[in-house]
Amino acid sequence: MKTLILSTAALAVTATFALADGHAQTVRMGTEGAYPPYNFINDAGEIDGFERQVGDELCKRAELTCEWVKNEWDSIIPNLVGGNYDTIIAGMSITDERDEVIDFTQNYFPPAASAYVALAEGVDLTGGIVAAQTATIQAGYVADGGATLVEFATPEETIAAVRNGEADAVFADKDFLAPIVADSAGALTFVGEDVQLGGGVGMGLRESDGELKAKFDAAITSMKEDGSLNALIIEWFGPDAATY
Amino acid sequence: MWSWCAEPDALSSVTWLSCYLTTGVHFQFYNAFFKVLFLLAIIAPVSLAFGFMGAMAARSALLPLRWFGRSYIAIVRGVPDIAFFLFFVIALDQAFEWMRHKAMCPDWSEPIRQGADFIVCQQAKLPLGTAPEWIHQFYAFGLAVVTFAIVFGAFAANVLFGAMNAVPRAQLETAEAYGMSPRQTFWRIQVPQMWVFALPGLSNLWQILIKATPLLFLLGIEDVVYWARELGGTKTSRFTEYPHGDWRMWYFLALLIFYLLMTWGSEKFLNRLTLRLSKGQATTGGEAQRKEAPV
Repeated sequence: MKTLILSTAALAVTATFALADGHAQTVRMGTEGAYPPYNFINDAGEIDGFERQVGDELCKRAELTCEWVKNEWDSIIPNLVGGNYDTIIAGMSITDERDEVIDFTQNYFPPAASAYVALAEGVDLTGGIVAAQTATIQAGYVADGGATLVEFATPEETIAAVRNGEADAVFADKDFLAPIVADSAGALTFVGEDVQLGGGVGMGLRESDGELKAKFDAAITSMKEDGSLNALIIEWFGPDAATY
Repeated sequence: MWSWCAEPDALSSVTWLSCYLTTGVHFQFYNAFFKVLFLLAIIAPVSLAFGFMGAMAARSALLPLRWFGRSYIAIVRGVPDIAFFLFFVIALDQAFEWMRHKAMCPDWSEPIRQGADFIVCQQAKLPLGTAPEWIHQFYAFGLAVVTFAIVFGAFAANVLFGAMNAVPRAQLETAEAYGMSPRQTFWRIQVPQMWVFALPGLSNLWQILIKATPLLFLLGIEDVVYWARELGGTKTSRFTEYPHGDWRMWYFLALLIFYLLMTWGSEKFLNRLTLRLSKGQATTGGEAQRKEAPV
């Protein structure tokens, strides 16, 4: 059995030798698929959303072949660094902490507001319990403030925590919360002031991938210049969204 | 999928459900069930083989081999599964890539490790960056099988090791008295008789293995639990034709039924197997069968 496994492994290694030469680079795009309107899984089971369209357009302009990959938010940076895919395009805000581990392109979505959502007005946002997704700028912001932070692995669970009373409020990107509040038939409501966080959303790349970063930077600039990026922002985030 | 599904908003509940449950994303969910079953069907025999070899090594007359077998059992049983899964798969993957890198890109001057980055040349990537997504999936599947087999193989080895020692000494002595070599005694007397002792332990392992499949998601394989969580989550009307609230409870209920059925079915099968293996054995089970049998 051991020889069987070894020889299967060896076969896998040699089989890919033959395919190795002379192919253009394929860029694998890592995303979460659970954060509409940035990225989500549509009814057909495909990755869809603002970032899907931006990413496909960027790849076209940079003349790259792109392939989309799903990954948990929790391990999205380790798997980029480990080489499972080549970019992160998952609504990730540019922050100094992340910039120490990976590189970012310029932002393709301007700095956006984060907001609190609760079951009713009058929730204590400075001393109460606030839910946020693990390893997000919102979680960092809550942790630095006076409120008690409860973290969840997926955005879905942060909303559920508010609905079932585990947390007093959820703190997340306003663009993610808006459709949920609109669909809740009055059960959920925005509370408190909006907060401006982060340096906008950018594409994450390995620090050693300077060439790829330059290509995407150029493509983002060209999309900003001809207004196609603004058109996509308005299509997905509504006419009130901040544009370039 | 159905012709009446063009306008989901206008449908009554039953037809709405028939449309909702046949969206593309639901078929990925149904596929995940087959994926889990398929994986179990492969992992079980491979782990058993690992276990058998581990047990043989642990009983070997050769000292280094015995050390190897015993330390394999001790180490893998001692390390928490989740740590093993996270570490081992990444290490295995990087080991393959490192070897390929050394073989295929001898002129590469930059270091492979740059800070946290693990950089090998494009040709050494496994699977290749250019490979279609199904190859990536297949590769992840293969890694999952190997990892599961090593982990569960260690437990199986321990069970089989104990079962081999449980075969009554008198049986082996009789074999020796008939002039069988140690090898013949092992294969003709000890192995056929040990299964009935190993079965309770192995059936436990099988039940644990069934429940362990959600660990697959750690390896990037989208299993039933991932899809249940994804599909059950709140869907707003802007991004789907079929908006609904938090339905995770119902999806997890479906999983509960699936796993209970699996457990129930394997229980039945294992009971029959125990009866079959007890036949003619010098155990209480075998003895009881002998007494009941019509003369």
